[in-house]
Amino acid sequence: MLALVLLLVPAVTGCVAAATPWRRWVGWLCTASLGFVLVTGVVLATRVVHRPALSAFSGVLRVDALSAFMVIVIGAIGLLAVCQSGRYLEREVASGHSSARRATLYAVLVQGFITAMLLAVVAGNVGVMWVAVEATTIITTFLVGYRRTRGALEASWKYVIICSVGIALAFLGTVLVYLAALHAGTGTHVSLEWTSLMRVSHHLNPGVMRLAFALLVLGYGTKVGLAPMHSWLPDAHSQAPAPVSALMSGVLLTVAFYVLLRFKAIADGALGVGFSRTLFVTVGLLSLMVAASLLLSQRDYKRMLAYHSVEHMGLIALGAAAGTPLAIAAVLLHVLGHGLAKAVLFLASGEILLVEGTTEIDQVKALLARRPALGGIFAFGLVALLGLPPFSLFISELNMLRAEVHVGLGWVAAISLVLMAVIFGSVMSHGRHMLFGARPDGETVHKSPLVVTAPLVGALVACGAIGVLAWPLDTLLRAAAMVVVR
Amino acid sequence: MNGATYSSYLEIAAGLVILCAFVTLWRRSLRAIVRTLAVQGMALGVVALVLGVHRHDVVLIVVGCLVVGSKGLLIPTLVRRVLANEPQSRETSPLVNVPSSLVGAGALTFLAYGATRPVVALVSTSAGRLIPLGLATMLIGFFSMVVRRKAVSQIVGLLLVDNGIALVAFLATAGVPLLVELGASLDVLLVIVVLRVLAVQLWSKFAVLDLDQLQELHD
Repeated sequence: MLALVLLLVPAVTGCVAAATPWRRWVGWLCTASLGFVLVTGVVLATRVVHRPALSAFSGVLRVDALSAFMVIVIGAIGLLAVCQSGRYLEREVASGHSSARRATLYAVLVQGFITAMLLAVVAGNVGVMWVAVEATTIITTFLVGYRRTRGALEASWKYVIICSVGIALAFLGTVLVYLAALHAGTGTHVSLEWTSLMRVSHHLNPGVMRLAFALLVLGYGTKVGLAPMHSWLPDAHSQAPAPVSALMSGVLLTVAFYVLLRFKAIADGALGVGFSRTLFVTVGLLSLMVAASLLLSQRDYKRMLAYHSVEHMGLIALGAAAGTPLAIAAVLLHVLGHGLAKAVLFLASGEILLVEGTTEIDQVKALLARRPALGGIFAFGLVALLGLPPFSLFISELNMLRAEVHVGLGWVAAISLVLMAVIFGSVMSHGRHMLFGARPDGETVHKSPLVVTAPLVGALVACGAIGVLAWPLDTLLRAAAMVVVR
Repeated sequence: MNGATYSSYLEIAAGLVILCAFVTLWRRSLRAIVRTLAVQGMALGVVALVLGVHRHDVVLIVVGCLVVGSKGLLIPTLVRRVLANEPQSRETSPLVNVPSSLVGAGALTFLAYGATRPVVALVSTSAGRLIPLGLATMLIGFFSMVVRRKAVSQIVGLLLVDNGIALVAFLATAGVPLLVELGASLDVLLVIVVLRVLAVQLWSKFAVLDLDQLQELHD
C-alpha cells in the first residue's frame, strides 16, 4: 500500500504542476514531493530490513530491502536536484531562454521521470521493470533536449536511438528468460514475477539463459552507460540542464544497474556465477579503459564529469562481478555515494556555467580565489568522487577491490587500480587548472547565494558522514545485498 | 484450422516479415521503405492472429488486432509525416551499397540461425522453428541503422529491430503477459512520436536531414 502511495505522490504532483501555470510555490511543491519520497524510503527500509518483503496487487509491486534502499537513493538525489531546479527555471525564464509554459513542462517531466524510476525499483514483475526503464528514456529525451539548441537536439536524438535499441535487446532478453521459465519443467505456475523466476532459476535451460543474460547485459548496460554502449552518455549529460544531468548521472544509471543485479541473481542460479562474472569483468574493464583514455584529453568539464560516470559504472560492474555479500553491499554503498557526489558536481558545474558562461576547462580559472564557496564545493566534490577519505566512495571502492581479490579476481583489481590512478591524475590536473590560481587584479570576490550552496554542502556532508559512520546504513546494505546473493 | 494449414500460414506470415526486412535494404526510395514497413507490421499482426486462433487464445487475437492497427497502420503513418519534409526522400549515400547490404543481411540470417539453436531446441514446436527469422529481422534492423544516414532510415531500422523482437516473443512464448505486451507496444509508439518531434525540430530549426550533419558533439 505504501508503495502505491509512493508512486502516486510524484505522479499527482506532476498533474498539479501541469494544471497550474508556473509559480514559485509549484517549485516548492515539487521539492516537497521528493522529500516525501525520501522519508517513505526510510520508512519502507525500517519495515522490510529484517522482515519479509511487502507486496501489493498480486505481486506487481514488491518492496524488499534492495528496493527500499534504491527508493532512498532516488529520494535523496532527487531532492537535491529538484530543489535546485526551481532556481534553474527562474533564471532560464528571466533570461528569455525559456518561457513559463516550458518551465511547467520541465516540472511535469521531472516528476514523471521520478515516478518512472520509482516504479522500476518497486516493481515485482520484470516486465513492469522493463516498461518503467523504457518510460524513463522517453521522458528524459525531452529533458535532455530542453534547451532546444542544435547540440541539445543532437544529443537527445542519439540518446533516444541508442537507448531504445538497447532497451529492445533487454526486452528480448526478458522474453527469453520467460521462455526458459515456461520450459523449466517444475510443474509450478510461472509468471514474469521476479520471485517466481528466482524459484525456478535452478531449472532454467542454460543455453537459453546464456543468450538471454548476454542480451540483458547489453541492453540494460546501454542504459547504465557501460562501454562499449556508452556513446550516448557524454553527449546527453553535457547537453541536459544541470539538475537533469544530476538526476540522470546520479540515479538513472544505477536504476538500470539495479535491474541487472536482479537478473544476475536469476542467471547465477541457472549458470553459476562464472558466466555473469566474465561478462561483468569484460564490460567493467572496458568502461574503465574508455573513461581513462577519454578523460586524459578532455576539454569540457561537463563531459569530464560524464566520462567519470562511465568509470564509476565500470567499477560497480566489477564489484558485482565479485558478487559476494560484501561486494554487493559495497556496490550499493557506491551507488549512493557516487550519486550524491556526482549530483553535487553537476549542480555546481551548472552554476559555474551560469556565472562563467563556458563549459571549457581552459576558460575557467582560479575558482577558489574568485568564488570561494562554489570553488570549494567543486573541489570537495572532486575529492569525494576520486575516492579519497573521508567520503563514502573510499570505503566502497576499497571493499569492492578487497572482494575482487578475495574471489580470485586479483588481476582485475590490479588493472582497475592502474586505470583508476590514470583517471585520478587526469581529473586532478583538470581540476587544478579550474580551481587554483591567483585572482586577477581588480576583480572582487564573488559570493554565491546560500540557496545554491547550502543543499550542496549538505549533500557533501552526508556523503562524508556515510563514509565515517557506517551506521545506520550498514544493516540495510547487508540485508539488501542478501536479496540478490545466493 | 488443422495442423498443416496452421503451420503453413504461420510460415508464410513469418517469412513475409523477414522478406520485408530484406526489401527495406534493397529499396532506396524512403516512401517505398515505409510502405514495406507497413506490410511487415501487418504480417506480424497476422502471426499473432494465427497463433491466437490455433490456441483458442482470445487475448492473443486481440493483441494481434492491436498489432495490425499500430504497426501496420498507425506507426507507418507517423513516419510518413516526417517524410513530408524531405524534398528528395531517397537514401542517396548509404555507407554500404545495396548488393553488399543484401549479402550482409544474408550472413546475419545465418548468424541468427546459429545463435538461436538452444532456443529452437527448447521450444520444438512448428512455431519455434521460425524463431531465427525474428532474430534475423532484428539484426538486419541494426545493420540498416548503422549503414544508413537519413534520420528516417534510422527510425525504420529501429522499427525493424522492434518487429523482429516482437516476432520472437510471439513465436517463442505466444506473447508475454498482456500487461507487459501493452506497456511495450505503447512504449514503441511513444518512441516513434518522440523521434518524429525531434526530426521535425531538427529539420525546421537547423535544416538537418542527414545524420552526418550531426557533428556538433564529439571529443
